[in-house]
Amino acid sequence: MLKASENYVRKLVEENMRIDARKFDEFRPISIETDIIKTAEGSARVIIGNSHVLVGIKMSVGEPYPDAPDEGVLIVNAELVPVASPTFEPGPPDENAIEIARVIDRGIRESQCIDLEKLCIEAGKEVWMVNVDVHVLDYDGNLIDAGALGAIAALLKTKIPKYENKKVIYGEYKGELPLRDIPIAITIAKISNKLLIDSNLEEDNALDARITISTNKKGEICAVQKGGKGCFTSSEIEDALDLSMKKGKDLRKLIEV
Amino acid sequence: MAKAGKPEKMIINGKRLDGRELEEFRPISIEVGILKRAGGSAVFRFGDTYALSAVYGPRPMHPKHLQNPQKTVLRCRYSMAPFSTQERVRPGVNRRSVEISKVLNEALSNVLFFEDYPKTGIDVFVEILQAEASTRCAGLNAASLALAEAGIPMRDFISSCSVGKVDGKIVLDVGGLEDQYGEVDMAVATIGNEDKIVLLQLDGIVTKEEFLKMLELAKKGCAQIYEKQKEVLKEKYKTGELDVESQ
Amino acid sequence: MDKSELLVKERQLVIPGETLARGLDFLPSSGCYRVDNEIKAKLMGLVKLKDRFIGIVPLAGVYIPKPGDGVIGLVEDMQTTIWVLDINSPYDAILPLGEAVGEYVDLSKTDISVYYDIGDLIYAKVLNVSKSKQVQLTMNDYRARKLIGGRVLTITPSKVPRLIGKEGSMIELIKDKSKCQIIVGQNGVVWLKGEREGLAAKAILTIERESHIVGLTDRISELLNKGE
Repeated sequence: MLKASENYVRKLVEENMRIDARKFDEFRPISIETDIIKTAEGSARVIIGNSHVLVGIKMSVGEPYPDAPDEGVLIVNAELVPVASPTFEPGPPDENAIEIARVIDRGIRESQCIDLEKLCIEAGKEVWMVNVDVHVLDYDGNLIDAGALGAIAALLKTKIPKYENKKVIYGEYKGELPLRDIPIAITIAKISNKLLIDSNLEEDNALDARITISTNKKGEICAVQKGGKGCFTSSEIEDALDLSMKKGKDLRKLIEV
Repeated sequence: MAKAGKPEKMIINGKRLDGRELEEFRPISIEVGILKRAGGSAVFRFGDTYALSAVYGPRPMHPKHLQNPQKTVLRCRYSMAPFSTQERVRPGVNRRSVEISKVLNEALSNVLFFEDYPKTGIDVFVEILQAEASTRCAGLNAASLALAEAGIPMRDFISSCSVGKVDGKIVLDVGGLEDQYGEVDMAVATIGNEDKIVLLQLDGIVTKEEFLKMLELAKKGCAQIYEKQKEVLKEKYKTGELDVESQ
Repeated sequence: MDKSELLVKERQLVIPGETLARGLDFLPSSGCYRVDNEIKAKLMGLVKLKDRFIGIVPLAGVYIPKPGDGVIGLVEDMQTTIWVLDINSPYDAILPLGEAVGEYVDLSKTDISVYYDIGDLIYAKVLNVSKSKQVQLTMNDYRARKLIGGRVLTITPSKVPRLIGKEGSMIELIKDKSKCQIIVGQNGVVWLKGEREGLAAKAILTIERESHIVGLTDRISELLNKGE
């Protein structure tokens, strides 16, 4: 049954159409809500079409990495929880969840959007750890973009808890997370030699290859990841770059609001 | 915000810290067929980065429920030996090796004929024995050769190399220090010398123009790697007859 | 109209991705594939030309069973009325009771292990390979039997023709000089038993290693004449 769907998607694309009648460079309706989870220091819910992602930010105090003793630590994790899809099995993150987390991580990390130096409490001994947990609740394609959008939306609203007498006092806050950029990840799918934005579930299953490009406020590229079992030509990659910069700007406007 | 231990200049008088030109590879060395039990095997070195790949299969796929009745299933496992880096790496899988295994699998999937051996599995193992950056590229180059040596049908080789931005300049084949202290790092793989990119991962900040320049340089580098891969295989299995140039 | 062009010679070594011919006059045979106007190799091996067909004899690779092949297999499992054999292939083979034993067997009194047991080596013929790669063997062939004693070697299946030689010349030479019975399965499994098994094994393994290098027949003769 799935096979028929893949071929159908490909045929439609060949005729310049998509199942849900969108244009190739059109996003599904996006909704972003922040401060959803009271127990998290920052949170956001992002819904793109029927993909539904919840991101929670938890702050804790820990040891810095030895090669960056005066910097806070960023950790990104993604869970493809079984509620989200009949294809998600319970258990530790599989390669898909790991890839999603690491791609989102790189967009945030390489753009240097979090001023990690400001998260140093005592150099070499104690720094703030920023745990970004992406919880996928419903899978209808394009999880990287949804997760990355949720991550940055949540980070923008994250408050740093009070830290007194070597204890974190959750619920009481002292300032916001120091952010200096808004990286946006845009994933472009290649189907029947055409490029599409915001693939839904059927398109995710039918794609030959995909490429995720994270850009910053200045329109510079901070991370790129090609995925899928197909390939891209250089000119397709160039087109994908242009698309990601254009759509990145649009999505950034949604968050800055 | 300079990283602790970063050399003040990474490029001096147009030469890199290890004396290389901007568009020069580290010394490349390749060996094929060094392991006896595996169906195919190869070693690929970029300077001090030393990758070994072994291929088993096609062989019966276990567990059975992962079998595909119409195709062969490709499994790739990238792993770093504990002694491969300055700081010992815990043996076994970690998130980074899982991600790299995935992208290597996706790269190789572009050239295999999956319908030739239904119900079977092909296992590609990449072991990094010594790591000085560009390990996934070395691993992929070795894996390509190991697959050919194992007699597994392939459209062509996968050829891979890295490019980077160091002190604002674009360089080919990122070395250890450049990986640690450089601004940008990008791994690329192509199908032979074709304009078909099967692996691309970039970290760091670049403008679109810089990115496109890096991509062009990477493609050139991959084409050079392709020639070396072919040369090694032909040399190892030469027949002793006068060969007519076929390409 | 593109002129067709053959770019390789018989027995030339080619590697995956190498272009063997251009134009539509040539056809890809085993080990080759067509992409647009070109025929390319998908394996590393030696070119084999026959009329308009270009094929590759691989230098490595696994055995894929074909009906009519004689193979040597090892019994690795049994069920009530079938034996399961390892035939040096990614695909297991089954030998049904009816294809192995001519007489009536009373299953309530007999366990089929009395005929062939786990660990037995058998020479059988491939009767049929289904589309889903289920391989059926038969003992209904004059050469089929249990192989007792002796020793077993494995060579790359694609090198079996080289081991056998033109009209059996190579294998007969080895049998003669080593005074051994030798049975060669199409699946690359070779059984030998006789006076100078070591010498025969050495010759066979040399063929395995050097089958692609010219002058093999002479080298093997020399090796056999020199003795163990």
